[in-house]
Amino acid sequence: MAESIIIVDYEAGNLRSVQRACHEVGMTATISANPDDLVKADRVIFPGVGSAASAVDTLRERGLDEALKTFYRSGRPLLGICLGAQIVLEFTEEDKRNCLGLVAGVCVRFDFADRTLKVPHIGWNEVEIVQPHPLLANTRSGDEFYFVHSYYVVPTHQENVYGVTEYGVRFCSMMGQDNLFATQFHLEKSGRLGINILGEFRCWKP
Amino acid sequence: MLSKRIIACLDVRDGKLAKSVRFVDTKDIGDPVEKAREYYLDGLDELVLYDITASSDKRDIMLDVVEAVAQEVYIPFSVGGGIRSVADASKLLWAGAEKINLNSAAVERPALIAECAHAIGTQNVVLSMDIKKTREGREFPSGYEVVINGGRTPTGNDALDWALQGEQFGAGELVVNSIDADGTRQGYEIKLTRMIAEAVSIPVIASGGAGKPEHLLEVLTEGKADAALIASMVHYNEYTVSGLKQWLHDKGVKVRMRW
Repeated sequence: MAESIIIVDYEAGNLRSVQRACHEVGMTATISANPDDLVKADRVIFPGVGSAASAVDTLRERGLDEALKTFYRSGRPLLGICLGAQIVLEFTEEDKRNCLGLVAGVCVRFDFADRTLKVPHIGWNEVEIVQPHPLLANTRSGDEFYFVHSYYVVPTHQENVYGVTEYGVRFCSMMGQDNLFATQFHLEKSGRLGINILGEFRCWKP
Repeated sequence: MLSKRIIACLDVRDGKLAKSVRFVDTKDIGDPVEKAREYYLDGLDELVLYDITASSDKRDIMLDVVEAVAQEVYIPFSVGGGIRSVADASKLLWAGAEKINLNSAAVERPALIAECAHAIGTQNVVLSMDIKKTREGREFPSGYEVVINGGRTPTGNDALDWALQGEQFGAGELVVNSIDADGTRQGYEIKLTRMIAEAVSIPVIASGGAGKPEHLLEVLTEGKADAALIASMVHYNEYTVSGLKQWLHDKGVKVRMRW
């Protein structure tokens, strides 16, 4: 039987672009806002753009926060993208919200005295791989990905950092813990190199 | 380090690719979906689809084009032209666009920028400004005026003032399009681009006037633009996206070279 792959729908951004990118690597993914679908899924993709506050609130209203925690504890593969990567942490400075707490750490805002560094950080930037990961089998250190964000993740433990990017600060752009992997960049909008990571996620057995 | 972006703009009329010269005298030059795919595979960083369809009853053709492009390219792309409400914007996002470009409707009703930013996120709202040189003075301190309706209607707004207002209202990026330079292939309006790029804290995309690789270099360095918009340079196969990027890379501009 085909695997059930769920893209979590919490009204945070263009989920169909993630779905289309999945299709490009032969993954048929379903967009769902139903916590039952999520808990039963074989793989879950947790994308998102927009404001953390409304995202966290919508997750709670729909009971998706608990479903995501349950899913993560089951040990099945979970992929966070952008806002999804931020919300798996404990807390975000954005609107001062408690998040899911799957990974120890917080999310903070870019704060530059240098006015030439614009916020949001929008565009293509390099990702330096700091430790190997199965999802990065086809990724080279220095590959560029597409970013759009004003906040970035700060995992408490260095062992959760898989990639870093330079933008005024050296920030964590890829994060992992057990069966969870998350990217701050939009791998669905990063051309073939982004799609490669999705391709690896398709058969990842953490 | 963040790369400078090369963005290709496809003007679409009735579902077909058109290239405008100073916004009048447009002609059809091909299939936008095919072109989008070609540029994507050649290393394009971002795409803009601009709907210049005249009659409103043909607007839905654009949704089909957006949908088709979204299935072919996996880089960000924005759509502009004729967006007058959050509902218009949402339809385009649902069809597969990443961002929306607001132009005339935002000048007529600036609250539209805020409404869109609230509904789809500030980072997905691009304010496109068509700008014409004018006499510097009390009315136009910057020496540039915002125009609408493809450059035909003056608005009385100072360009720099409108850029700052746009940012305040919640635009995530600005397209600075020089109507004087558009289609001339004589180079971007460097003074205008730089003035706005230095004044705002959101990314600025330079538009209008690109004809040679040197023009891109100039606007991305001296003009302080974060991204350069190109159209006819690549539409007629005179230059390729990868060729332009290689040239810029050789000149020391940070651009994405692996894809």
